[in-house]
Amino acid sequence: MSAVAMTVNGKAVTADVDPRTLLVEFLREHLRLTGTHVGCDTSQCGACVVHVNGKALKSCTTFAWQVEGANVTTIEGLAAPDEPLHPMQEAFREHHGLQCGYCTPGMIMSAIDIVNRKGFALEDHVIREELEGNICRCTGYHNIVKAIASGAAAMGGKKAAA
Amino acid sequence: MYAFTYHRPTTVRQAANLLAKNEDAKLLAGGHTLIPTMKLRLASPSQLVDLSQIEGLSGIELKGRSIVIGAMMRHAEVTNSPVVKEKLPALAYLAGVIGDPAVRHRGTIGGSVANNDPTADYPAGCLGLGATIITSKRRIHADEFFKGMFETALEPDEIIVRISFPLVQKAAYEKFRNQASRYALVGVFVSKRSSEIRVAVTGAGGNGVFRVTHFEEALKKRFSPKSLEGLTVSPDGLNGDIHGSAEYRAHLIGVMARRAVAKATA
Repeated sequence: MSAVAMTVNGKAVTADVDPRTLLVEFLREHLRLTGTHVGCDTSQCGACVVHVNGKALKSCTTFAWQVEGANVTTIEGLAAPDEPLHPMQEAFREHHGLQCGYCTPGMIMSAIDIVNRKGFALEDHVIREELEGNICRCTGYHNIVKAIASGAAAMGGKKAAA
Repeated sequence: MYAFTYHRPTTVRQAANLLAKNEDAKLLAGGHTLIPTMKLRLASPSQLVDLSQIEGLSGIELKGRSIVIGAMMRHAEVTNSPVVKEKLPALAYLAGVIGDPAVRHRGTIGGSVANNDPTADYPAGCLGLGATIITSKRRIHADEFFKGMFETALEPDEIIVRISFPLVQKAAYEKFRNQASRYALVGVFVSKRSSEIRVAVTGAGGNGVFRVTHFEEALKKRFSPKSLEGLTVSPDGLNGDIHGSAEYRAHLIGVMARRAVAKATA
């Protein structure tokens, strides 16, 4: 089999990988993008959520080959190192939507996906329902929900200003 | 997971040929059951046939008095489809309560129906609406399709292409979720199409999805939750596990059926 090719965070990447390679392994071990985490490895916890062609998916339950040619965005792709944080990242920082931080990359990628699907004004119950596939074992979710509501509003403001 | 050879055919015929040639080949649709199963080494196909590049397996359209859904349509696409929402809102609802948002971006209707997990939602939707499963070889009515736990009428080299759902006058799906997995502990799909009443149950049956004929008879007289009052289902043959006994599931079937009929008639 030839090398798999895709676009990750705006950059064309390619690597010769075994068909068994999961997308999350491809990202972490071949591209060294270790911001995407593996929590449960059974598609329940959401620590591995990335965007593929603009939609959130669990990269632990997708083979790299399945997304050949796709546009993949990981947590590293939200803001360049010398740029301000993405509004959703900034909201998680501001509202302390984390404790240990392990689930945070997946939380933020899912949060942006929620905004993409549901808009900038998010009620708490909508956020809680939509976070069904992301598990945090530290926070009790309260600050995560606050952060997402605030980050969503900030994303809306940024868009309006742009 | 064990090694496999990966194929990505572009036609249904190529995919079927790969299945015919390789006894332990498996089809890969969304992969949200197959990949976890392979990780656990409960499945170890030597060949994996990815269906994602086959064009004829997508699309949702209204054809006469039916909605026809391509096998590779993701749960998110079905639940957000304007035509499904307008004509078969119960089916749109069902697709929207599968898994979580990220899972719904990947999981497919064809994969769910072919897998026939005894706790999956789509088998109840197919049986509860009297759908027709259109394969690479033939048309199979839902009544003839689901053969038991993880078993269907599909032959080893047969591929689901589309599923056709007849429009009905009334329908609803009610799901009692397993608190951990969010699969259906019990899910009941009810529908009424002129004199044809269907009550299909997932999550509870030891042999997978099944119809509750005495509920259907009662609803024929009057399609109202009142018609089901006092009716029960025997726990014999139902699943019992750490999440709920067979008796509990039997009780839930009655509760979910009444809620579903109430929702369908609201």
